Amino acid sequence: MADFGGSDLDAFRTEARDWIEANFPKSLKGKGSMMMREERSEPTPDMDAWRKAMGEKGWGVPTWPAQYGGGGLTPAHGRIIQQELGRVGAYNPIGGMGVMMFGPTLLEYGTEAQKQQHIPPIVKGELQWCQGFSEPGAGSDLASLQTRAEDKGDHYLVNGQKVWTSGAQWAQWCFCLVRTDTTKKHEGISFVLFPMDTPGVEVRPIPLIAGNSPFCETFLTDVRVEKDQVVGPVNGGWTVAKRLLQHERSGLSGAGGGGGFGGRSLVKLAKDYVGTDEGGRLSDTDLRTRVIMNEIDGRAFQLTAMRAMAESKSNSGPSAATSIMKNAGTRWMQDRAELTIELMGHQGLGWEGDDFSAEELGAVRSWLGGKATTIYGGSQEVQNNIISKRILGLPDPK
Amino acid sequence: MAVLNEEQTMLRDAAKSWVQEKSPVTAFRKMRDSGVELGYDANAWNEMAEMGWAGVIIPEEYGGSDFGYLSMGLILEETGRTLTASPLLASGLAAASALVLGGSDAQKSEWLPKIAGGEVVGALAIDEGAHHAPEKVALKAEKSGSGYKLSGSKSFVLEGMAAGLLIVSARTSGKPGDTDGITLFLVAGDAKGVSRKRLHLADSRGAANITFDGVEVGEDAVLGEVDKGYALLEKTLDRARAGLCAEMLGSAVQAFEVTLDYLKVRVQFGQVIGSFQALQHRAAKMFTDLELARSAVEAALQAIDADTPDVPELVSLAKAKMGDVFHLVSNEMVQMHGGIGMTDAHDAGFYMKRARAAEAAFGNQAYHRDRYARIQGY
Repeated sequence: MADFGGSDLDAFRTEARDWIEANFPKSLKGKGSMMMREERSEPTPDMDAWRKAMGEKGWGVPTWPAQYGGGGLTPAHGRIIQQELGRVGAYNPIGGMGVMMFGPTLLEYGTEAQKQQHIPPIVKGELQWCQGFSEPGAGSDLASLQTRAEDKGDHYLVNGQKVWTSGAQWAQWCFCLVRTDTTKKHEGISFVLFPMDTPGVEVRPIPLIAGNSPFCETFLTDVRVEKDQVVGPVNGGWTVAKRLLQHERSGLSGAGGGGGFGGRSLVKLAKDYVGTDEGGRLSDTDLRTRVIMNEIDGRAFQLTAMRAMAESKSNSGPSAATSIMKNAGTRWMQDRAELTIELMGHQGLGWEGDDFSAEELGAVRSWLGGKATTIYGGSQEVQNNIISKRILGLPDPK
Repeated sequence: MAVLNEEQTMLRDAAKSWVQEKSPVTAFRKMRDSGVELGYDANAWNEMAEMGWAGVIIPEEYGGSDFGYLSMGLILEETGRTLTASPLLASGLAAASALVLGGSDAQKSEWLPKIAGGEVVGALAIDEGAHHAPEKVALKAEKSGSGYKLSGSKSFVLEGMAAGLLIVSARTSGKPGDTDGITLFLVAGDAKGVSRKRLHLADSRGAANITFDGVEVGEDAVLGEVDKGYALLEKTLDRARAGLCAEMLGSAVQAFEVTLDYLKVRVQFGQVIGSFQALQHRAAKMFTDLELARSAVEAALQAIDADTPDVPELVSLAKAKMGDVFHLVSNEMVQMHGGIGMTDAHDAGFYMKRARAAEAAFGNQAYHRDRYARIQGY
């Protein structure tokens, strides 16, 4: 990494602290987790102002190139911004699929014109993107997708059905995998972009086991896609998609996350719901053992995340190790969610009503919703295949 | 599968065909969507009662068939397959058991025929907190004239909304946590001072919190002996737990079979996903666990019928094992179905929600592992 002296970073910390002090509306203190909720509510004027300020500054994506509005900073500077935000209870208002997955991929594979068009609105938090990848018949086997893009000379005409297009009901743009060659599997796929208000795009939300969800089915009927909105080569979209999935998986592993039921630790919750003996141990010794196992898994996972970060400092992007992180992280979070509802007892089975606290109701929905994390973004089984084949070098059966 | 006699075989076959025809999972879904206050379909319950299912463990002299607990388990296993929500477990098994085990002739004559006929739904009002703890009884029963006055509350009463008869554990001496000083009372659902509030739980079954505000009952409302109710309560609970295990077994077997069918038809990477050895081995493990759980559940029911002294340990064995297996199978049902298993339109979520509610009811796996160890003396 480029060598920035301690004094440079110290000066930057002061700059960041002052800027955040001057721009972060105090009314939003501690509201970060609220922003991550799946339900959308109208942003307040303060929220708008904060998003605008961070967007103009480019600090929502500190390491993205300054020429497209990003911060143009090093990861070390980015971490300082993160720390200074956290110090005053502020949050990063620039997020979503554009930031986590699409932006980094476009920066790598997009044309100059595509970057000029699409990156600045992501940096400013002005546009939401959704992902048109999975289809009813193409889940884990994503490359078997059937949505067809027909070459009409100056444009493509797209027909097909996408599923799990999360956030499609709020998104203005979609990055989408389509089949431009039906004679090949992986080599017949292209990565295209289109606005969600294009005629022929129809979105239907899918109610999930946890209730309402950001997930949708998206039907594409004679949707016109411009030829300058193909990312990477025609029929070369699978490579772009694989890169995007790496970004998605590293984001989904929840690296370092504390996992969202109002911030109380599993141990604290267990003490409150189950009680302790004279020695301060959880009175349910069986539960105690399993809480300990989960705590240890969580610590080991966080240490691994830190180690992976330290090791990849010289690399340019996420490595094959991200597949390990996804399975380890999601398993830990799912175990934690199961333990949470168990320690809450019947209170941890509430669906609605004033007999349950917001924390209890949230725990139930998180438990159910979290079951998707080992299915989407490359299922747990697909991740294990990747580990077995690419990392362990195990052969296919024959 | 246990070796069945002729009447048990007939009973099971009748249950199987009724459930398939009248109470598929779509019926449960319809009940859930309707938001019905009771948490079950009253018409379906009437049909079940007409077939005599509510009286299977009740002696013939009180309007039942006295077929026993294994027979009741066979029915519950079938209704469990499709997640049929009905008061069969709470009323025909749990409340009926309390009366059969501890009731006076007068009490039995008054209540058992009505329970056997399905006219009255009985329910156990036992727990007072979020975790099963039958000795932690704070609800007070004080001497009042020739009877008692009950004050306190009970939580998560299964079929509490429908109950016309509540079997209430109350403290007549000592303090919460003592097993001595607990007395069971029969309280009519419409008694003055009883108020109930429906709970909306993830599994959509009928449950209520019930408050007793100075409820007056006569001396004849005492079920069993004053201050010595805990032994009767434990015997009753062991029967309820064994019945619940049978229901869980049916649900888990069905969840497994639906998943197995899906492994045989879902195609990814150009082949049915069931051809992948990684999934085959997980399916084989579930099958193995289900067979082990079935043995434990049937042994508990048979021990109850034979009235052997090892009922408590066999029941805790069954509840701990069955809870773990249903937990695993319901999670795998969602995972192996992939995205479709996450949708509300699919049944997988119902099985997972039912699993967690059933695990928590009458003591979860941790509770019964601990109880098993204590019974064994370690």
